[in-house]
Amino acid sequence: MNAKTETVLILGATSDIGRAIAREYAEHGCALQLAGRDSAQLAREAEDLKLRHGVPVSAHVFDVLEMQTHSYFVAALDPLPDTAVCVVGLLGDQKEDECDFGRAELVMRTNYLGPASVLGELANRFAARGAGTLIGISSVAGDRGRATNYVYGSAKAGFTAFLSGLRNRLVRSGVHVITVKPGFVRTRMTKGMALPGLLTAEPNEIGRAIYAAARRRANVVYVRPIWRYLMWAVEAIPEGVFKRLRI
Amino acid sequence: MRLSGWGNFPVVDCRLVTCRGSADLQRLLGQDTTLIPRGNGRAYGDAALNPELTVSMLGLDRFLSFDPENGRLTCEAGVLLRDLLAVFVPRGWFPAVTPGTKFVTIGGMVAADVHGKNHHLAGSFARYVEALELALADGSLVVSSRHEHPELFAATLGGMGLTGLILTVTSRLIPIETAYIRQETFKARDLAEVMEHFETSADWTYSVAWVDCLASGRNRGRGLFYRGEHASRAELPAAVRAQPLLVAPKRTKRVPVYLPGAALNGLTVRAFNALYYRLGAAANQTIIVDYDTFFFPLDNLLEWYRIYGRRGLAQYQCVLPKQASRAGLSALLERVAKSGEGSFLAVLKLFGPQEGLLSFPMEGYTLALDFPVRTKTLNLLDELDEIVAHHGGRVYLAKDARMKPMYLERGYPALGRFRQIREEAGAHRKFESALSRRLEL
Repeated sequence: MNAKTETVLILGATSDIGRAIAREYAEHGCALQLAGRDSAQLAREAEDLKLRHGVPVSAHVFDVLEMQTHSYFVAALDPLPDTAVCVVGLLGDQKEDECDFGRAELVMRTNYLGPASVLGELANRFAARGAGTLIGISSVAGDRGRATNYVYGSAKAGFTAFLSGLRNRLVRSGVHVITVKPGFVRTRMTKGMALPGLLTAEPNEIGRAIYAAARRRANVVYVRPIWRYLMWAVEAIPEGVFKRLRI
Repeated sequence: MRLSGWGNFPVVDCRLVTCRGSADLQRLLGQDTTLIPRGNGRAYGDAALNPELTVSMLGLDRFLSFDPENGRLTCEAGVLLRDLLAVFVPRGWFPAVTPGTKFVTIGGMVAADVHGKNHHLAGSFARYVEALELALADGSLVVSSRHEHPELFAATLGGMGLTGLILTVTSRLIPIETAYIRQETFKARDLAEVMEHFETSADWTYSVAWVDCLASGRNRGRGLFYRGEHASRAELPAAVRAQPLLVAPKRTKRVPVYLPGAALNGLTVRAFNALYYRLGAAANQTIIVDYDTFFFPLDNLLEWYRIYGRRGLAQYQCVLPKQASRAGLSALLERVAKSGEGSFLAVLKLFGPQEGLLSFPMEGYTLALDFPVRTKTLNLLDELDEIVAHHGGRVYLAKDARMKPMYLERGYPALGRFRQIREEAGAHRKFESALSRRLEL
């Protein structure tokens, strides 16, 4: 790390994973820009992080769905962050989303279109600057569409491909792009779901994995790591067989 | 989910839900069920268990504001003392009252009105609490203090979570120059010598004794007496003087598996106690120790209760009025020694005067003992209750798992007032625990 303090932008900073990422970077002395919709909650998080870690923390109102505001949002960031992490997501409810496309569209806009919009803005500015790290939280659900969660999964699949394309485009411009694919994580978003212990990560594991991934300039990170092998196996199943499975 | 207190006794199947913010709060309070808030589960017995609904407050873990002019800290109730120490000791601030473990929540410290080794001068934690934000049975949020809703405030301090959910706590920290304590140790041949040490150390900030409660006859009450003061920078050894507020993290030792209950019977513990006492030959010297070692020696042995076997452990902590202490402690120690039942940890401390409705301390001596859970020891504890009540004392609810309701009535004269305030707040129908049901609170 260079001597100047690294500034990290976290989009979706009041979520459980967002908070965990903020704490991890703050522990390492980074300045933080917390972005989200709830300004009162952002202020509380900012105060807590400042008291705990003594790092500069600013709060920024941001809505991933208001895409026409994204270029202004990024232009107003001062300084332009060194690293930007997009944690915004919406799980939705597959059964309801199947019947009501308005709901499905919200899931797709929240998980793919919105993040693509803001990361695209940041990518252009990072590339112009010639340095930076972009990190997108996608999901293993995007690795293959299945009956029980394909509305969410397809949005994440789009997001994964977008990040992959960005990585390819920016490889020689000094900007590094990381795709993080969590499996199950114990958060508000998965509250009430029965999650298998060994496969389920705590939010702070995501925080640590991201910090480490950024240090070693990894490309695609699975949390917990076992998911990489699980999804490899899942993807290996021939479609003729997969379509008959109930998983 | 099967939940218990720190002693693993009793274990109750509870519906456990985490509260992360006000939306969760309203939803949980609106349900047609009683509930109890739960911190980090360090109460030994059933104080934080409710099978219908137990609400974990660990998600409310933010520091909200701190005033370095006067040490006033406002934080959410689920903040752990461990984190408070990690953040504020390096800045030269310390809790005014520290309980025996740092793995408690600040809200839990309020609900149990914890005390520390400095109670004889500093009193209990309640003295340093300035305000509490509470969620009441009807879902309303109130800020209570000595000036606003003072009765509710008084009942919540030491109120075992039975008056409402504590959301935020405003309390005062004290300034320190270093993270170290100047400690002196003395060997005491018997109970009389231990008590004399407490009397002559009355102006020392911290004092505590460890007592061999299986020693009988002439040796009854023999042990080690410790006293301490916050060390000044000049008192520190050169090696640490450059960074007086920093303490190196210690490796924690886990106790990996449950030992079979028999591993800790009377003979084993007797031998252990005698050995420990002889090792206290590091007596009559002054040493400088870091605060973690002085205040939290047991925390470094994570899950030490596993030593007591799978059936769990019952901790018994009582206090006796000063005038009755000599006779009462002798009677208690006599009864324990005769039973041959374990307890390689018996702690003795002199308390100063204390106010409060359900707060445990009173001016006198407190004794804390551990026992593995067996029918024989449970019967013994009933007998100890009678001895304590006979001498005008009482038992600490944060440690209790098995006391009978009549001893609550006898030990806590302000119980009626507590019940009245609880009813006026509508809390008696909403906030209940296995402890409150057992004791008919």
